[in-house]
Amino acid sequence: MVKMADKRPAYSQLVKDIRAGKFVLTGELEPEKVTCLEEILVSARAMKPYVVAANVTDNPLAYAYMNSLVPSWLVQKEVGLETVYQMTVRDRNRLALTSDILAASYLGIKNILAISGDHTVLGDNKGAVSVYDLDSAQFVYMLHKMIDEGVDVAGNEIHGNVDINVGIAANPNADPLMPEVLKVGRKTKIGADFIQTQTMFDIDKTKEFLKEAEKYKCPTLIGVFPLKSYGIADFFDRFIPGVSVPTELLTSMKKAKKEPDKEKRKQLYDEVNLEFFRPFIKEIHKTTSAAGIHVMAVMYERIFEPLLEAL
Amino acid sequence: MIITEQKPMEEVQEMIAPYDKLFIVGCGTCSTSCQTGGEDEVKEMTEKLGDRVVGWAMVEDPCDLRLDRRDLKAYKEQIADSDAILVMACGAGVQTVGEYSKKIVLPALNTLFIGETERLGKFHDMCKACGDCILDETGGICPLTRCAKGLLNGPCGGQVKGKCEVGDYENECAWVQIYDRLKEQDRLDLFTVFRPPRDFSKKTLKMHHYF
Repeated sequence: MVKMADKRPAYSQLVKDIRAGKFVLTGELEPEKVTCLEEILVSARAMKPYVVAANVTDNPLAYAYMNSLVPSWLVQKEVGLETVYQMTVRDRNRLALTSDILAASYLGIKNILAISGDHTVLGDNKGAVSVYDLDSAQFVYMLHKMIDEGVDVAGNEIHGNVDINVGIAANPNADPLMPEVLKVGRKTKIGADFIQTQTMFDIDKTKEFLKEAEKYKCPTLIGVFPLKSYGIADFFDRFIPGVSVPTELLTSMKKAKKEPDKEKRKQLYDEVNLEFFRPFIKEIHKTTSAAGIHVMAVMYERIFEPLLEAL
Repeated sequence: MIITEQKPMEEVQEMIAPYDKLFIVGCGTCSTSCQTGGEDEVKEMTEKLGDRVVGWAMVEDPCDLRLDRRDLKAYKEQIADSDAILVMACGAGVQTVGEYSKKIVLPALNTLFIGETERLGKFHDMCKACGDCILDETGGICPLTRCAKGLLNGPCGGQVKGKCEVGDYENECAWVQIYDRLKEQDRLDLFTVFRPPRDFSKKTLKMHHYF
Protein backbone atom coordinates (compact mmCIF):
# COMPACT_ATOMS: atom_id res chain seq x y z
CA MET A 1 0.00 0.00 0.00
CA VAL A 2 1.27 3.48 -0.84
CA LYS A 3 1.88 6.10 1.77
CA MET A 4 -1.06 8.46 1.67
CA ALA A 5 -0.41 12.17 1.52
CA ASP A 6 -0.63 14.05 4.77
CA LYS A 7 -2.54 17.27 4.47
CA ARG A 8 -0.19 19.39 2.42
CA PRO A 9 0.17 23.16 2.82
CA ALA A 10 -2.21 25.49 0.99
CA TYR A 11 -0.01 26.79 -1.79
CA SER A 12 -2.79 28.38 -3.81
CA GLN A 13 -5.24 31.12 -2.96
CA LEU A 14 -8.01 28.73 -3.98
CA VAL A 15 -7.04 26.19 -1.33
CA LYS A 16 -6.29 28.94 1.22
CA ASP A 17 -9.81 30.30 0.75
CA ILE A 18 -11.34 26.83 0.96
CA ARG A 19 -9.48 26.10 4.20
CA ALA A 20 -10.51 29.50 5.56
CA GLY A 21 -14.09 28.36 5.17
CA LYS A 22 -15.04 30.70 2.33
CA PHE A 23 -17.60 29.53 -0.23
CA VAL A 24 -15.32 29.64 -3.28
CA LEU A 25 -16.09 30.25 -6.92
CA THR A 26 -13.95 29.17 -9.85
CA GLY A 27 -14.39 29.89 -13.54
CA GLU A 28 -13.27 28.23 -16.72
CA LEU A 29 -11.22 29.29 -19.73
CA GLU A 30 -10.97 27.23 -22.87
CA PRO A 31 -8.09 27.92 -25.26
CA GLU A 32 -9.11 26.52 -28.63
CA LYS A 33 -7.36 25.86 -31.94
CA VAL A 34 -5.76 29.30 -31.91
CA THR A 35 -2.41 31.01 -31.96
CA CYS A 36 -3.61 34.11 -30.13
CA LEU A 37 -4.73 34.41 -26.52
CA GLU A 38 -6.41 37.81 -26.57
CA GLU A 39 -9.91 36.30 -26.19
CA ILE A 40 -8.76 34.25 -23.20
CA LEU A 41 -7.36 37.37 -21.54
CA VAL A 42 -10.61 39.26 -22.19
CA SER A 43 -12.61 36.42 -20.61
CA ALA A 44 -10.21 36.17 -17.68
CA ARG A 45 -10.50 39.90 -17.00
CA ALA A 46 -14.29 39.68 -17.18
CA MET A 47 -14.55 36.88 -14.63
CA LYS A 48 -11.80 38.06 -12.30
CA PRO A 49 -14.09 40.07 -9.97
CA TYR A 50 -16.20 37.00 -9.28
CA VAL A 51 -13.84 34.03 -8.97
CA VAL A 52 -10.77 33.12 -6.93
CA ALA A 53 -9.32 31.07 -9.78
CA ALA A 54 -10.03 29.94 -13.32
CA ASN A 55 -9.49 26.48 -14.75
CA VAL A 56 -7.76 26.30 -18.09
CA THR A 57 -8.95 23.29 -20.03
CA ASP A 58 -6.63 20.71 -21.61
CA ASN A 59 -7.86 19.55 -25.01
CA PRO A 60 -11.47 19.13 -23.82
CA LEU A 61 -13.45 16.37 -25.52
CA ALA A 62 -10.13 15.30 -27.06
CA TYR A 63 -10.07 18.25 -29.46
CA ALA A 64 -6.50 19.28 -30.26
CA TYR A 65 -6.20 22.83 -28.95
CA MET A 66 -3.43 25.08 -27.67
CA ASN A 67 -1.79 23.52 -24.61
CA SER A 68 -3.18 24.73 -21.33
CA LEU A 69 0.08 25.61 -19.58
CA VAL A 70 0.89 28.74 -21.56
CA PRO A 71 -2.55 30.35 -21.06
CA SER A 72 -2.51 29.23 -17.40
CA TRP A 73 0.72 31.17 -16.94
CA LEU A 74 -0.29 34.14 -19.10
CA VAL A 75 -3.59 34.69 -17.28
CA GLN A 76 -1.79 34.77 -13.93
CA LYS A 77 0.85 37.15 -15.28
CA GLU A 78 -1.32 39.52 -17.31
CA VAL A 79 -4.61 39.45 -15.44
CA GLY A 80 -3.49 38.53 -11.93
CA LEU A 81 -6.09 35.78 -11.78
CA GLU A 82 -4.93 32.48 -10.31
CA THR A 83 -5.37 29.50 -12.59
CA VAL A 84 -6.10 25.82 -12.21
CA TYR A 85 -3.93 24.13 -14.81
CA GLN A 86 -5.94 21.17 -16.11
CA MET A 87 -3.88 18.17 -17.13
CA THR A 88 -5.22 15.03 -18.72
CA VAL A 89 -3.31 11.75 -18.79
CA ARG A 90 -4.68 11.01 -22.25
CA ASP A 91 -2.01 12.81 -24.27
CA ARG A 92 1.20 12.37 -22.26
CA ASN A 93 3.21 9.57 -20.72
CA ARG A 94 4.77 9.94 -17.28
CA LEU A 95 7.88 11.63 -18.70
CA ALA A 96 5.88 14.35 -20.45
CA LEU A 97 3.63 14.80 -17.40
CA THR A 98 6.68 15.21 -15.16
CA SER A 99 8.20 17.75 -17.56
CA ASP A 100 5.03 19.80 -17.64
CA ILE A 101 4.62 19.76 -13.87
CA LEU A 102 8.21 20.98 -13.45
CA ALA A 103 7.60 23.69 -16.04
CA ALA A 104 4.34 24.65 -14.31
CA SER A 105 6.24 25.00 -11.03
CA TYR A 106 8.72 27.32 -12.67
CA LEU A 107 5.89 29.40 -14.11
CA GLY A 108 4.24 29.80 -10.71
CA ILE A 109 1.20 27.59 -11.28
CA LYS A 110 -0.38 26.76 -7.93
CA ASN A 111 -3.20 24.36 -8.85
CA ILE A 112 -3.36 21.33 -11.10
CA LEU A 113 -6.57 19.49 -11.88
CA ALA A 114 -5.56 15.87 -12.56
CA ILE A 115 -8.00 14.22 -14.93
CA SER A 116 -8.31 11.25 -17.30
CA GLY A 117 -9.57 13.21 -20.30
CA ASP A 118 -12.15 12.08 -22.82
CA HIS A 119 -11.03 9.27 -25.10
CA THR A 120 -9.43 10.32 -28.40
CA VAL A 121 -12.16 8.66 -30.46
CA LEU A 122 -14.55 11.38 -29.20
CA GLY A 123 -12.32 14.16 -30.47
CA ASP A 124 -11.22 15.81 -33.69
CA ASN A 125 -8.18 13.56 -34.23
CA LYS A 126 -9.92 10.25 -33.80
CA GLY A 127 -7.00 8.16 -35.06
CA ALA A 128 -4.66 9.36 -32.32
CA VAL A 129 -3.46 6.93 -29.66
CA SER A 130 -4.88 7.45 -26.17
CA VAL A 131 -1.76 7.28 -24.00
CA TYR A 132 -3.00 6.47 -20.49
CA ASP A 133 0.47 5.47 -19.35
CA LEU A 134 -0.96 6.55 -15.98
CA ASP A 135 -4.59 6.73 -14.97
CA SER A 136 -5.91 9.70 -13.02
CA ALA A 137 -5.36 8.00 -9.63
CA GLN A 138 -1.77 7.18 -10.55
CA PHE A 139 -1.36 10.76 -11.74
CA VAL A 140 -2.48 12.02 -8.33
CA TYR A 141 0.08 9.61 -6.85
CA MET A 142 2.75 11.08 -9.14
CA LEU A 143 1.83 14.60 -8.03
CA HIS A 144 1.95 13.47 -4.40
CA LYS A 145 5.48 12.11 -4.91
CA MET A 146 6.62 15.30 -6.64
CA ILE A 147 4.98 17.76 -4.25
CA ASP A 148 5.25 16.02 -0.91
CA GLU A 149 8.37 13.90 -1.31
CA GLY A 150 10.43 15.86 -3.83
CA VAL A 151 10.91 12.94 -6.20
CA ASP A 152 9.43 11.93 -9.55
CA VAL A 153 7.19 8.89 -9.79
CA ALA A 154 10.24 6.63 -10.29
CA GLY A 155 11.84 8.03 -7.14
CA ASN A 156 14.45 10.28 -8.79
CA GLU A 157 15.23 13.44 -6.86
CA ILE A 158 13.83 16.79 -8.02
CA HIS A 159 16.04 19.83 -7.52
CA GLY A 160 13.66 22.46 -6.19
CA ASN A 161 10.16 22.45 -4.79
CA VAL A 162 6.87 21.69 -6.47
CA ASP A 163 4.44 23.87 -4.53
CA ILE A 164 1.15 22.95 -6.11
CA ASN A 165 -2.27 21.93 -4.83
CA VAL A 166 -4.04 19.06 -6.49
CA GLY A 167 -7.62 18.92 -7.65
CA ILE A 168 -9.49 15.92 -8.98
CA ALA A 169 -12.66 15.57 -10.99
CA ALA A 170 -15.76 13.64 -10.03
CA ASN A 171 -18.95 12.83 -11.88
CA PRO A 172 -21.96 12.84 -9.53
CA ASN A 173 -24.12 12.01 -12.58
CA ALA A 174 -22.46 8.58 -12.74
CA ASP A 175 -24.97 5.76 -12.77
CA PRO A 176 -24.16 3.53 -10.94
CA LEU A 177 -22.68 6.02 -8.50
CA MET A 178 -20.73 3.85 -6.05
CA PRO A 179 -17.84 2.84 -8.33
CA GLU A 180 -17.31 6.58 -8.93
CA VAL A 181 -17.52 7.42 -5.23
CA LEU A 182 -14.99 4.73 -4.34
CA LYS A 183 -12.65 6.00 -7.05
CA VAL A 184 -12.94 9.54 -5.69
CA GLY A 185 -12.18 8.14 -2.24
CA ARG A 186 -9.04 6.44 -3.45
CA LYS A 187 -7.78 9.64 -5.08
CA THR A 188 -8.51 11.80 -2.04
CA LYS A 189 -6.58 9.36 0.15
CA ILE A 190 -3.57 9.52 -2.18
CA GLY A 191 -3.47 13.29 -2.09
CA ALA A 192 -6.21 15.49 -3.49
CA ASP A 193 -6.81 18.94 -2.01
CA PHE A 194 -10.14 19.61 -3.70
CA ILE A 195 -12.71 18.14 -6.03
CA GLN A 196 -14.40 19.86 -8.97
CA THR A 197 -17.41 18.00 -10.29
CA GLN A 198 -18.80 17.48 -13.74
CA THR A 199 -21.62 19.81 -14.72
CA MET A 200 -24.69 19.28 -12.55
CA PHE A 201 -28.30 20.08 -13.33
CA ASP A 202 -29.90 17.74 -10.81
CA ILE A 203 -29.93 18.89 -7.20
CA ASP A 204 -30.83 15.45 -5.83
CA LYS A 205 -27.91 13.76 -7.57
CA THR A 206 -25.65 16.55 -6.36
CA LYS A 207 -26.77 16.04 -2.77
CA GLU A 208 -26.52 12.25 -3.01
CA PHE A 209 -22.92 12.49 -4.22
CA LEU A 210 -21.96 14.99 -1.54
CA LYS A 211 -23.47 12.72 1.10
CA GLU A 212 -21.66 9.62 -0.19
CA ALA A 213 -18.33 11.42 -0.58
CA GLU A 214 -18.56 13.28 2.73
CA LYS A 215 -16.51 10.61 4.52
CA TYR A 216 -13.46 11.51 2.43
CA LYS A 217 -13.51 15.08 3.80
CA CYS A 218 -12.29 16.58 0.54
CA PRO A 219 -13.69 20.04 -0.27
CA THR A 220 -15.97 19.79 -3.27
CA LEU A 221 -16.85 22.46 -5.82
CA ILE A 222 -20.01 21.67 -7.73
CA GLY A 223 -19.82 22.24 -11.47
CA VAL A 224 -22.49 24.33 -13.19
CA PHE A 225 -22.59 25.19 -16.83
CA PRO A 226 -24.77 28.18 -17.75
CA LEU A 227 -25.95 27.64 -21.31
CA LYS A 228 -25.09 30.56 -23.54
CA SER A 229 -27.31 29.43 -26.41
CA TYR A 230 -29.67 26.66 -27.44
CA GLY A 231 -26.94 25.27 -29.72
CA ILE A 232 -24.60 24.84 -26.77
CA ALA A 233 -27.35 23.31 -24.64
CA ASP A 234 -28.20 20.83 -27.38
CA PHE A 235 -24.53 19.94 -27.99
CA PHE A 236 -24.01 19.45 -24.29
CA ASP A 237 -27.02 17.24 -23.98
CA ARG A 238 -26.01 15.06 -26.88
CA PHE A 239 -22.25 14.83 -26.70
CA ILE A 240 -20.94 15.31 -23.17
CA PRO A 241 -20.58 11.87 -21.60
CA GLY A 242 -22.86 11.36 -18.64
CA VAL A 243 -24.55 14.77 -18.83
CA SER A 244 -28.12 15.36 -19.82
CA VAL A 245 -29.75 18.79 -19.81
CA PRO A 246 -33.20 18.71 -18.17
CA THR A 247 -35.98 18.70 -20.73
CA GLU A 248 -37.70 21.80 -19.34
CA LEU A 249 -34.44 23.75 -19.53
CA LEU A 250 -33.82 22.60 -23.11
CA THR A 251 -37.39 23.55 -24.04
CA SER A 252 -37.04 27.04 -22.56
CA MET A 253 -33.75 27.51 -24.39
CA LYS A 254 -35.35 26.37 -27.64
CA LYS A 255 -38.16 28.84 -27.12
CA ALA A 256 -35.68 31.66 -26.51
CA LYS A 257 -33.84 30.73 -29.70
CA LYS A 258 -36.91 31.69 -31.72
CA GLU A 259 -36.58 35.37 -30.77
CA PRO A 260 -35.28 37.05 -33.96
CA ASP A 261 -33.77 40.13 -32.31
CA LYS A 262 -30.24 39.27 -31.20
CA GLU A 263 -30.17 41.47 -28.11
CA LYS A 264 -33.59 40.33 -26.95
CA ARG A 265 -32.57 36.73 -27.57
CA LYS A 266 -29.48 37.16 -25.40
CA GLN A 267 -31.67 38.62 -22.70
CA LEU A 268 -34.06 35.68 -22.92
CA TYR A 269 -31.22 33.18 -22.71
CA ASP A 270 -29.92 34.99 -19.63
CA GLU A 271 -33.37 34.92 -18.03
CA VAL A 272 -33.73 31.18 -18.63
CA ASN A 273 -30.31 30.52 -17.14
CA LEU A 274 -30.88 32.73 -14.13
CA GLU A 275 -34.24 31.17 -13.46
CA PHE A 276 -32.69 27.72 -13.41
CA PHE A 277 -29.22 28.24 -11.93
CA ARG A 278 -29.82 30.94 -9.32
CA PRO A 279 -31.97 28.74 -7.07
CA PHE A 280 -29.75 25.76 -7.89
CA ILE A 281 -26.61 27.53 -6.71
CA LYS A 282 -28.40 29.03 -3.76
CA GLU A 283 -29.62 25.65 -2.62
CA ILE A 284 -26.13 24.16 -2.90
CA HIS A 285 -24.74 27.05 -0.88
CA LYS A 286 -27.39 27.02 1.81
CA THR A 287 -28.17 23.34 2.25
CA THR A 288 -25.08 21.28 1.38
CA SER A 289 -21.51 20.80 2.52
CA ALA A 290 -20.14 21.90 -0.89
CA ALA A 291 -17.07 24.15 -0.66
CA GLY A 292 -18.09 26.21 -3.65
CA ILE A 293 -19.18 26.33 -7.26
CA HIS A 294 -17.16 25.78 -10.38
CA VAL A 295 -18.89 28.02 -12.94
CA MET A 296 -18.15 26.83 -16.46
CA ALA A 297 -19.50 29.91 -18.19
CA VAL A 298 -17.07 29.70 -21.08
CA MET A 299 -17.33 32.86 -23.24
CA TYR A 300 -20.43 33.77 -21.24
CA GLU A 301 -18.88 35.96 -18.57
CA ARG A 302 -21.78 38.44 -18.54
CA ILE A 303 -23.79 35.87 -16.59
CA PHE A 304 -21.43 35.91 -13.59
CA GLU A 305 -22.77 39.05 -11.93
CA PRO A 306 -26.50 38.34 -12.03
CA LEU A 307 -25.94 34.64 -11.40
CA LEU A 308 -23.88 35.08 -8.29
CA GLU A 309 -25.61 38.04 -6.69
CA ALA A 310 -27.88 35.65 -4.80
CA LEU A 311 -24.96 34.31 -2.80
CA MET B 1 -7.72 -18.03 -28.80
CA ILE B 2 -6.21 -15.54 -31.24
CA ILE B 3 -9.13 -13.87 -33.00
CA THR B 4 -8.65 -12.85 -36.62
CA GLU B 5 -10.76 -11.38 -39.40
CA GLN B 6 -10.26 -11.62 -43.15
CA LYS B 7 -8.90 -8.54 -44.84
CA PRO B 8 -11.25 -7.10 -47.47
CA MET B 9 -10.65 -8.86 -50.81
CA GLU B 10 -9.70 -5.58 -52.54
CA GLU B 11 -6.91 -5.13 -50.01
CA VAL B 12 -5.71 -8.69 -50.58
CA GLN B 13 -5.78 -8.14 -54.37
CA GLU B 14 -3.73 -4.97 -54.01
CA MET B 15 -1.22 -6.74 -51.75
CA ILE B 16 -0.70 -9.69 -54.08
CA ALA B 17 -0.66 -7.60 -57.28
CA PRO B 18 3.15 -7.64 -57.72
CA TYR B 19 3.33 -11.45 -57.47
CA ASP B 20 2.38 -13.91 -60.20
CA LYS B 21 2.76 -17.18 -58.32
CA LEU B 22 1.33 -17.59 -54.83
CA PHE B 23 1.37 -20.38 -52.29
CA ILE B 24 -1.34 -20.28 -49.62
CA VAL B 25 -0.97 -21.47 -46.03
CA GLY B 26 -3.96 -21.99 -43.75
CA CYS B 27 -4.13 -22.39 -39.97
CA GLY B 28 -5.59 -25.53 -38.42
CA THR B 29 -6.12 -24.01 -35.01
CA CYS B 30 -7.32 -20.47 -34.20
CA SER B 31 -8.09 -19.30 -37.75
CA THR B 32 -10.01 -22.53 -38.38
CA SER B 33 -12.15 -21.80 -35.31
CA CYS B 34 -12.60 -18.19 -36.43
CA GLN B 35 -13.53 -19.41 -39.92
CA THR B 36 -11.00 -17.00 -41.36
CA GLY B 37 -8.12 -19.29 -42.37
CA GLY B 38 -9.35 -22.88 -42.09
CA GLU B 39 -9.39 -25.36 -44.93
CA ASP B 40 -12.72 -24.08 -46.27
CA GLU B 41 -11.48 -20.50 -46.41
CA VAL B 42 -8.16 -21.53 -47.96
CA LYS B 43 -10.02 -23.40 -50.73
CA GLU B 44 -12.28 -20.40 -51.24
CA MET B 45 -9.26 -18.12 -51.55
CA THR B 46 -7.63 -20.55 -53.98
CA GLU B 47 -10.71 -20.41 -56.20
CA LYS B 48 -10.83 -16.63 -56.08
CA LEU B 49 -7.18 -16.28 -57.07
CA GLY B 50 -7.32 -18.98 -59.77
CA ASP B 51 -4.20 -19.84 -61.76
CA ARG B 52 -1.90 -17.67 -59.72
CA VAL B 53 -2.04 -20.21 -56.90
CA VAL B 54 0.72 -22.78 -57.34
CA GLY B 55 -0.33 -24.74 -54.27
CA TRP B 56 -1.77 -24.61 -50.76
CA ALA B 57 -1.36 -26.35 -47.45
CA MET B 58 -2.84 -26.49 -43.98
CA VAL B 59 -0.47 -26.23 -41.02
CA GLU B 60 -1.82 -27.43 -37.71
CA ASP B 61 -0.34 -24.37 -35.98
CA PRO B 62 1.53 -22.01 -38.35
CA CYS B 63 2.85 -20.07 -35.33
CA ASP B 64 4.80 -23.19 -34.29
CA LEU B 65 8.06 -23.41 -36.26
CA ARG B 66 8.21 -27.19 -35.70
CA LEU B 67 4.77 -27.67 -37.22
CA ASP B 68 5.63 -25.48 -40.21
CA ARG B 69 8.63 -27.73 -40.82
CA ARG B 70 6.51 -30.85 -40.44
CA ASP B 71 3.42 -29.80 -42.39
CA LEU B 72 5.09 -27.83 -45.20
CA LYS B 73 7.88 -30.35 -45.89
CA ALA B 74 5.88 -32.06 -48.64
CA TYR B 75 5.33 -28.70 -50.41
CA LYS B 76 8.95 -27.56 -50.55
CA GLU B 77 9.09 -27.44 -54.35
CA GLN B 78 5.82 -25.56 -54.77
CA ILE B 79 6.88 -23.07 -52.12
CA ALA B 80 10.27 -22.61 -53.78
CA ASP B 81 8.50 -22.03 -57.09
CA SER B 82 6.19 -19.32 -55.65
CA ASP B 83 6.89 -15.57 -55.56
CA ALA B 84 5.18 -15.12 -52.20
CA ILE B 85 3.18 -16.98 -49.56
CA LEU B 86 -0.26 -15.71 -48.61
CA VAL B 87 -0.73 -16.77 -44.99
CA MET B 88 -4.24 -17.09 -43.61
CA ALA B 89 -3.23 -16.98 -39.94
CA CYS B 90 -2.56 -14.49 -37.18
CA GLY B 91 0.47 -12.19 -37.22
CA ALA B 92 2.53 -14.74 -35.29
CA GLY B 93 1.67 -17.38 -37.89
CA VAL B 94 2.60 -15.11 -40.80
CA GLN B 95 5.98 -14.30 -39.24
CA THR B 96 6.77 -17.90 -38.33
CA VAL B 97 5.97 -19.09 -41.85
CA GLY B 98 8.27 -16.33 -43.12
CA GLU B 99 11.04 -17.43 -40.81
CA TYR B 100 10.65 -21.06 -41.89
CA SER B 101 10.44 -20.38 -45.63
CA LYS B 102 12.48 -17.15 -46.00
CA LYS B 103 9.92 -16.24 -48.68
CA ILE B 104 7.94 -13.02 -48.98
CA VAL B 105 4.93 -13.51 -46.69
CA LEU B 106 1.64 -11.67 -47.08
CA PRO B 107 -1.03 -11.50 -44.35
CA ALA B 108 -4.53 -12.40 -45.55
CA LEU B 109 -5.99 -11.69 -42.11
CA ASN B 110 -6.00 -8.93 -39.54
CA THR B 111 -5.19 -10.10 -36.01
CA LEU B 112 -7.64 -8.59 -33.57
CA PHE B 113 -7.16 -9.89 -30.04
CA ILE B 114 -6.84 -12.78 -27.62
CA GLY B 115 -10.44 -13.52 -26.99
CA GLU B 116 -13.31 -15.55 -25.72
CA THR B 117 -15.45 -17.51 -28.17
CA GLU B 118 -19.10 -17.31 -27.21
CA ARG B 119 -20.17 -19.19 -30.31
CA LEU B 120 -18.99 -19.40 -33.91
CA GLY B 121 -18.64 -15.88 -35.20
CA LYS B 122 -19.16 -14.23 -31.81
CA PHE B 123 -15.95 -13.30 -30.02
CA HIS B 124 -15.05 -11.00 -27.15
CA ASP B 125 -11.80 -9.08 -26.62
CA MET B 126 -10.38 -10.37 -23.33
CA CYS B 127 -6.62 -10.17 -23.08
CA LYS B 128 -3.84 -7.82 -24.16
CA ALA B 129 -1.05 -10.20 -23.15
CA CYS B 130 0.30 -7.44 -20.91
CA GLY B 131 2.68 -9.74 -19.07
CA ASP B 132 1.49 -8.81 -15.58
CA CYS B 133 -1.87 -10.40 -14.85
CA ILE B 134 -4.04 -8.90 -12.10
CA LEU B 135 -7.26 -10.83 -12.75
CA ASP B 136 -7.18 -12.08 -9.15
CA GLU B 137 -7.78 -8.50 -7.98
CA THR B 138 -10.37 -7.49 -10.54
CA GLY B 139 -13.01 -10.16 -10.29
CA GLY B 140 -11.69 -12.06 -13.31
CA ILE B 141 -12.37 -9.10 -15.62
CA CYS B 142 -9.40 -7.44 -17.31
CA PRO B 143 -9.53 -3.62 -17.09
CA LEU B 144 -6.44 -3.23 -19.23
CA THR B 145 -8.29 -4.85 -22.12
CA ARG B 146 -11.93 -4.21 -21.48
CA CYS B 147 -11.67 -0.57 -20.34
CA ALA B 148 -11.12 1.56 -23.45
CA LYS B 149 -8.57 3.60 -21.54
CA GLY B 150 -6.96 0.62 -19.83
CA LEU B 151 -7.44 2.28 -16.45
CA LEU B 152 -6.27 0.35 -13.38
CA ASN B 153 -7.95 2.28 -10.58
CA GLY B 154 -11.66 2.47 -11.25
CA PRO B 155 -13.98 4.00 -13.82
CA CYS B 156 -13.56 7.35 -15.55
CA GLY B 157 -16.31 9.93 -15.92
CA GLY B 158 -17.32 8.50 -19.28
CA GLN B 159 -19.62 5.70 -18.11
CA VAL B 160 -23.37 6.08 -18.40
CA LYS B 161 -25.62 3.40 -16.93
CA GLY B 162 -22.66 1.03 -16.98
CA LYS B 163 -21.86 1.68 -20.64
CA CYS B 164 -18.69 3.24 -22.04
CA GLU B 165 -18.40 6.59 -23.82
CA VAL B 166 -16.22 4.86 -26.39
CA GLY B 167 -18.26 3.02 -29.02
CA ASP B 168 -21.58 4.85 -28.66
CA TYR B 169 -22.38 3.33 -25.28
CA GLU B 170 -22.57 -0.20 -26.71
CA ASN B 171 -19.67 -1.62 -24.72
CA GLU B 172 -19.91 -2.26 -21.01
CA CYS B 173 -17.81 -0.18 -18.63
CA ALA B 174 -15.28 -2.75 -17.40
CA TRP B 175 -14.97 -1.02 -14.04
CA VAL B 176 -18.70 -1.18 -13.40
CA GLN B 177 -18.56 -4.87 -14.31
CA ILE B 178 -15.63 -5.33 -11.93
CA TYR B 179 -17.52 -3.50 -9.20
CA ASP B 180 -20.61 -5.69 -9.70
CA ARG B 181 -18.60 -8.92 -9.78
CA LEU B 182 -16.56 -8.07 -6.68
CA LYS B 183 -19.73 -7.04 -4.87
CA GLU B 184 -21.38 -10.37 -5.75
CA GLN B 185 -18.30 -12.15 -4.45
CA ASP B 186 -18.23 -10.02 -1.29
CA ARG B 187 -14.71 -8.82 -2.17
CA LEU B 188 -15.34 -5.08 -2.63
CA ASP B 189 -12.24 -4.30 -0.57
CA LEU B 190 -10.28 -5.22 -3.71
CA PHE B 191 -12.04 -2.47 -5.65
CA THR B 192 -10.38 0.21 -3.56
CA VAL B 193 -6.85 -1.20 -3.78
CA PHE B 194 -4.53 1.38 -5.33
CA ARG B 195 -2.56 -0.02 -8.24
CA PRO B 196 0.62 2.02 -8.84
CA PRO B 197 1.89 2.81 -12.33
CA ARG B 198 2.73 -0.27 -14.38
CA ASP B 199 6.30 -1.19 -15.20
CA PHE B 200 6.20 -1.27 -18.99
CA SER B 201 9.93 -2.00 -19.18
CA LYS B 202 9.29 -5.60 -18.11
CA LYS B 203 7.66 -6.41 -21.42
CA THR B 204 9.69 -4.07 -23.63
CA LEU B 205 13.05 -5.44 -22.56
CA LYS B 206 12.27 -9.08 -23.17
CA MET B 207 11.17 -10.35 -26.57
CA HIS B 208 12.52 -13.91 -26.35
CA HIS B 209 11.43 -16.18 -23.56
CA TYR B 210 13.13 -19.44 -22.60
CA PHE B 211 11.43 -21.51 -19.95
